[in-house]
Amino acid sequence: MGGLFVAGIVLFLIARWAFVPEGFGELGHYRTGALADNRVKKPVFAGRAACADCHTDEAGWLKGGPHKGVGCEACHGALGAHASGESDVKPVRPDPAKLCLVCHLPNVSKPATFKQIDPKDHMDGAGKCGECHDPHSPDKEPKKP
Amino acid sequence: MSTDRRQFLSAFGKLLILTPAAAAAWEYVEAGKAEEAPGYRTADHWWAMVIDIEKCIGCGNCVRACKTENDVPLEPEYFRTWVERYHVPEGVSEHPDVDSPNGGYDGFPEKYRPGDGAKSFFVPKICNHCASSPCVQVCPVGATFESPDGVVLVDKSYCLGCRYCVQACPYGCRYIDPRTETVDKCTFCYHRITKGLTTACCETCPTGARQLGDLKNPKDPIHEFLRTHKVQVLKPQMATGSKTWYSGLDGSVR
Amino acid sequence: MHESLTSLVQGFMYPNEVELQWSVLVVLYPYLTGLVAGAFILASLERVFRVEAVKPTYRLALLTALAFLIVAPLPLQLHLGHPERSLEMYLTPHTSSAMAMFGFVYLWYLMAVLVLEIWLDYRADIVTTARASKGLKRQLYRAMALWSDDLSEESRRLDDKVGYILTIIGIPSAFLLHGYVGFIFGSIKANPWWSTPLMPIVFLFSAIVSGIALVLLMYMATCVAKRVPIDMRCVDTIAKYLFYAFIIDFTLEGIDLLHRMYEADESFKSLDFMVKTKLFVSQILLQVIFGGLVPILLLAITQVVKLSEQARKAIYAVCGALTLVGILAMRWNVVIGGQLFSKSFLGYTTYKMDFATKEGLLPAILLMILPFVILAVLVKLLPPWQEAETE
Repeated sequence: MGGLFVAGIVLFLIARWAFVPEGFGELGHYRTGALADNRVKKPVFAGRAACADCHTDEAGWLKGGPHKGVGCEACHGALGAHASGESDVKPVRPDPAKLCLVCHLPNVSKPATFKQIDPKDHMDGAGKCGECHDPHSPDKEPKKP
Repeated sequence: MSTDRRQFLSAFGKLLILTPAAAAAWEYVEAGKAEEAPGYRTADHWWAMVIDIEKCIGCGNCVRACKTENDVPLEPEYFRTWVERYHVPEGVSEHPDVDSPNGGYDGFPEKYRPGDGAKSFFVPKICNHCASSPCVQVCPVGATFESPDGVVLVDKSYCLGCRYCVQACPYGCRYIDPRTETVDKCTFCYHRITKGLTTACCETCPTGARQLGDLKNPKDPIHEFLRTHKVQVLKPQMATGSKTWYSGLDGSVR
Repeated sequence: MHESLTSLVQGFMYPNEVELQWSVLVVLYPYLTGLVAGAFILASLERVFRVEAVKPTYRLALLTALAFLIVAPLPLQLHLGHPERSLEMYLTPHTSSAMAMFGFVYLWYLMAVLVLEIWLDYRADIVTTARASKGLKRQLYRAMALWSDDLSEESRRLDDKVGYILTIIGIPSAFLLHGYVGFIFGSIKANPWWSTPLMPIVFLFSAIVSGIALVLLMYMATCVAKRVPIDMRCVDTIAKYLFYAFIIDFTLEGIDLLHRMYEADESFKSLDFMVKTKLFVSQILLQVIFGGLVPILLLAITQVVKLSEQARKAIYAVCGALTLVGILAMRWNVVIGGQLFSKSFLGYTTYKMDFATKEGLLPAILLMILPFVILAVLVKLLPPWQEAETE
């Protein structure tokens, strides 16, 4: 019986030696490789810096305006694949009539200091924000393409 | 811009996205700190986040960006980050009305009237990346852990799917990914921040309500923010060492 | 399906809380381990404290404990997202995790205590059977005896002595096994329904109660099945222990409840609402009234009033059954109840039990039947009443 126990313990030690993954316990109670595993994914959003790298002109459009802090991909969609040139994904060109309202539609829960506008009460409900406001710098006249 | 130049730059862009060191370096160049642009070393960073309630407009950009960036299931039970709407009638902060339709993924259609005698605001939620994390404490096998740079991560190839960590998180930040039967949670976009980028939610937040910060970088604006704002963590009584600080947090938020 | 999950929510829950993580199978896990610990502790009474009256149940209790212990980890295994990785619990146990130690406590209890004690107790019988039989059966029993063939007085004395020591180690082990299961829940500070230092001790005493009730019922059932008279001195004694253990268990749960009500902390209103609505049937009716107060009162009557044998048998049978239902309800209320309310204390959901899925009612029922099948095989291999008949 005692022999069985010893055999069991030996078996356990062998299993530990054989099956504990490589790099386990080096940095803490986990597999070191898990850090790298969490890093491998390619970013889906390229980040505004990568956009500005090519689109130098467009990047300037936000400067000094109230939208200066808004990232390009906040409106134009995720463009990691576009920036890395791997696909022909193109930036979304959203309809200002819809896009502006994502943020600026009035809502009691929004901070009072945040600009809110009900399209029904503005310009007779025309709902054509882009005709008067430049989305990149809404306090200015829109740029004509 | 000439086609040639575009092609050249897009090739350069590819380099930026593909090689972490280059991307990190580039980010430093952009910030005018080219001299500090080495490859990523975990010992040099300690990640945290500040969230400014006064700036959140409940647009849901962060929720959508997070699901896109991290391939989070689109069903309304799985979120790495979500936004809650609080509505607190005067003097009843113990019983706020709270909702989070589809986690805020589709924004928040107005449901309250102005002047109804209550205050209302949005609260973005995300893993707090606790420094003494209850979820890490209870994981029986070491499949979830605090990384040396202060991010709570999951080893998906090692997770048993026992769900003990889901039970142990006081903030409801974990879910079981039905596709892999392993736990999933916010990683502070570890694949991005280690390449010099910010998280997807911070990248797409139009008002700067969220800011990722590196506490080990003395030049990070997070230091200035923490010095100049009165901040609070969620459920401080849980003593989890939360590293997600809220400014302008109401006492009714839980 | 997802639409319906969200529609089950009343009030507000954090979005990730809507899906319940621990199903009915996790309810079975503390229930089964509790029956093991309880049955073993009853068996130990005879051995260590030399309570002669319960001797007829000694071996039956040990075999019952073994049968249930073999099944106990199965619901957990079935519940895991990746059962094939469960070996990691042994290879890289995280010492800060309450759950990680379960594998070791379980193995210790199964191999070092229960199997060894049963083996020592039966060794002489196995050798006798081996000697008296032929062919395959002989080989089987020879193997079960680990090829020992010693029936000398001395070897039997040694068996008995080692067995006695094992039982003494076994009692704290049984306490550890189940107190520890309580700790798995009691140590989760995020969940106020679970987080109480009383949890391990409440689990322990409810385990003892359920284990005693199970052995009581098993003993009476086997007597009926074998058409032998029930030893009334034995069942009276067991019923007395059941009564005492029940009082302690009920008091502990009462203290927990009273404490929660009086302190009325931030979670109280939420939990109070839950108990009065979502858990009303399983908590108030099944656990407290029919699974607690009624059997305690009935047992109290048998302690105070002189009743006929027939009446006592009937009461014991009813009490045993009610107790088993009540303790199952208690496990349900802990495990499922702890997930019905939001950790924001602002909302609730409902647990919809599946039927024929991996974590549904059907596997739960099968897992509850399995220990009895195993017990039937064990009883066939190692008849617990041989002694009683030959004496």
